[in-house]
Amino acid sequence: MKDDTAGGKPGSQPRLKTILFIAIMVVAGPLGNVLLSRGMKQVRPSLWPLDQFLATAFHIFAAPSIWMGIGSLITFFLANILVLSWVDYSFVQPASSIGYGVSALLGYIILGGRIILLRWLGIAVICTGVFIVGRTAPRTTKVLPGAPKLVEAELERS
Amino acid sequence: MLQFVLFTLIVVSGTGGELCVSRAMKQVGEAERFSPSAIAQFVCRALRIRWMWLGVSMMALAFFALLGALTIYNVSFVVPVTALSYGAGAIGSAVFLREHVSPTRWLGVGVVTLGVLLVFLGSK
Repeated sequence: MKDDTAGGKPGSQPRLKTILFIAIMVVAGPLGNVLLSRGMKQVRPSLWPLDQFLATAFHIFAAPSIWMGIGSLITFFLANILVLSWVDYSFVQPASSIGYGVSALLGYIILGGRIILLRWLGIAVICTGVFIVGRTAPRTTKVLPGAPKLVEAELERS
Repeated sequence: MLQFVLFTLIVVSGTGGELCVSRAMKQVGEAERFSPSAIAQFVCRALRIRWMWLGVSMMALAFFALLGALTIYNVSFVVPVTALSYGAGAIGSAVFLREHVSPTRWLGVGVVTLGVLLVFLGSK
């Protein structure tokens, strides 16, 4: 069967752009969470009365960490949808789980947390799982012919 | 009962949302240019597909269910349950997206799920 898939033939290795965009995902997602976490810890939340709530909201959105965190999460989302346009979801989901390891490392570096042996073991197991998934074909479905036309058809139906 | 509803929403709605987004992206077609304007056009095209809106809505629902679960239950109970989404994702990919999930990929998904559980146990 002729394979016109973006991820390559079954058994082929992921292309460079796939690796690059998954790398962006696994760094940007956890980085966004860590930055939001750091930003929220700088704020003492008070939800009532209204003026306290507004002051809390102002402090949250005045924190550079919050904006950098939001920017990182937007980057994660964009990288996610872009990579899903050419690679299987069942490939991306486990491959991006390496972000758990990045989260642990960022927590250790930025928030000064401690990583116990069991967590390192978990990270090693995730990397093993990602390696196994990485040995499979990144895309097993065909590129839909005339995909942009399908968008138009979808619009006409709605 | 509440526990069942919340965890079903977290796993099924969260994974279902990602599957819908994935389906939308398969309809949009492969992104080939990565300049800011090309990415903006690509996102606009994706936003014109109903699957995209359904997916994002389901992911938002799962997020609020997660927040709700975290206010009621201990995080040590909630997070391991969310690892089920890897299995749900592989099943959903095969059934909903017609992807070929090979035995090797199943093995990888299982190993990743085990790793996520270990990472979580190591963070307690």
